[in-house]
Amino acid sequence: MTVSVHAFSIRRPRRGIFALLLPLIAYLGVFYAYPIAAMMFRSAGEPYWTIQHFAKLFREGIYLHVMWMTAEVAAVVTIAALVLGYPVAYLLARLDRAKSNLLLILVLVPFWTSVLVRTYAWMVLLGRQGVVNQFLLAIGAIHQPLRLLNTTFALYIAMVHVLLPFMILPLYGVMRGLDDDLLRAAQSLGAAPVAVFRQVWLPLSLPGVFAGCLLVFILALGFFITPALVGGPRDLMIAVLIQQQVDLFNWPFASALAVVLLTAALIVFAVFERSMGVARIFGGVST
Amino acid sequence: MRRMALPLIAGLVLFYLILPILIIVPLSFSSASYLSFPPPGFSLRWYRNFFTRADWLSSAWLSLWVGLAVTVLATTLGTPAAVALVRGRFGGKGLINAFILSPLIVPGIIVAIGIYFFYARLGVVGNPLALVLAHTCLAVPFVVINVSATLYGFDERMESAAVSLGASPLSAFRQVTLPLIRPGVLAGALFAFVTSFDELIVALFVSGTTAVTLPRRMWDGIRFEIDPTIAAVSTILVALTGALLLSAELLRRRSEQLRTASPPLAQS
Repeated sequence: MTVSVHAFSIRRPRRGIFALLLPLIAYLGVFYAYPIAAMMFRSAGEPYWTIQHFAKLFREGIYLHVMWMTAEVAAVVTIAALVLGYPVAYLLARLDRAKSNLLLILVLVPFWTSVLVRTYAWMVLLGRQGVVNQFLLAIGAIHQPLRLLNTTFALYIAMVHVLLPFMILPLYGVMRGLDDDLLRAAQSLGAAPVAVFRQVWLPLSLPGVFAGCLLVFILALGFFITPALVGGPRDLMIAVLIQQQVDLFNWPFASALAVVLLTAALIVFAVFERSMGVARIFGGVST
Repeated sequence: MRRMALPLIAGLVLFYLILPILIIVPLSFSSASYLSFPPPGFSLRWYRNFFTRADWLSSAWLSLWVGLAVTVLATTLGTPAAVALVRGRFGGKGLINAFILSPLIVPGIIVAIGIYFFYARLGVVGNPLALVLAHTCLAVPFVVINVSATLYGFDERMESAAVSLGASPLSAFRQVTLPLIRPGVLAGALFAFVTSFDELIVALFVSGTTAVTLPRRMWDGIRFEIDPTIAAVSTILVALTGALLLSAELLRRRSEQLRTASPPLAQS
């Protein structure tokens, strides 16, 4: 009798286990999914059923420009992060564990520092009386302080800085998992180092490239804090426009903009979940 | 020459990554009342300023309490959910998983205005509790990820063994499973706290004028306050989040060792 009770109780949690999920699903349903769904509804349901807010979005040049600009900034930031991040990930993956763990701290400390703090640091660096201008004046390279802050240049410098760890970490994760024997095999068969890299390493690292690019692109699309603080007057990204419209009490129009942004983000997210999964990036770097 | 190119490029990129923090920290100890680099002298006056001014201090306390409440709520909701996601066999698991993790990817501004419209209608904008409820949504994915990670490598036969030796499923969970996943729960809790403590975008909309968190207070002064107080606050934040997340990382490594070090049960 006791045996059968035990056998039963081992299996029972299997079926009842779904109950453990319910509190969280209910919570997120009420405080996360419902508010977003209601906002999306607002974009087409106020004051009555209408597509006027979306029509305005696609009719007026300024809003088309903002959407185009946002996609362009996100694409440039993604490419820049890939170009800068790949050599770092490559170097870290080729070093032995002790050294790479040490150097990884230089990636993790900025990764763990809030976006606001890092953006503030760039404001301090690039401001009119900022560190960069003080330095250039002191060495006599310039005679007038340069306008660096609130330019497209500053936007790119700061955004690439904030997003670079999101490129390096998935790249490093994939590269760490590569089999050294494959490289040695290619080498021993007479491949030159460049050929080993091009024909073995590069193709095998592509999943990391793909994951890193999708992640950086999706995060860049919705960036708010950095463009709001260091971007130039012409660099209006969609998230900043949404905030401005909310402040102007154009809530239905702000919602329509949010629907466009959310749709773009969810499409990239769906591709991403299929390729690598979010948990691997945000779940740490110990591979 | 070519051998040096890669370390040189990688070194420059790493320097670029760490440069802003290298600049901010010394500036916060500056004796000058503006941001000049290198600082003309050493002083703690900006830290004193932070710790004596009521507006900064009340924001810091608020962020601390909100963060602690979020930690408790997110850990309580997230830990059982992670158990279900790893152990359970039911349809739509991938979709539920994606839903729970989606706050990491959905742009902050969208979550923020959705919640803002919702709270505005309920009339709770400016209520600290409203911040706790919103931040928990953003923090819970970190708990689920960290607890799941410790559960994946977990040999379920250890629980079966405990149960077959007469333990009830609940005490098997408490005495066998929980000690082994505890590092994951703690790491998740640390990430949850930092997520809330650093959160700005939701706070921009939901703080109102009565629940001004520390990041919100920084944002309010960031364009106009040119003395190094914000640099001091930033340094405190870097040190605090760095220490907490480093502990989380070490906990994660330790739990990996725990799992791999536990003697494997008899192979069948």
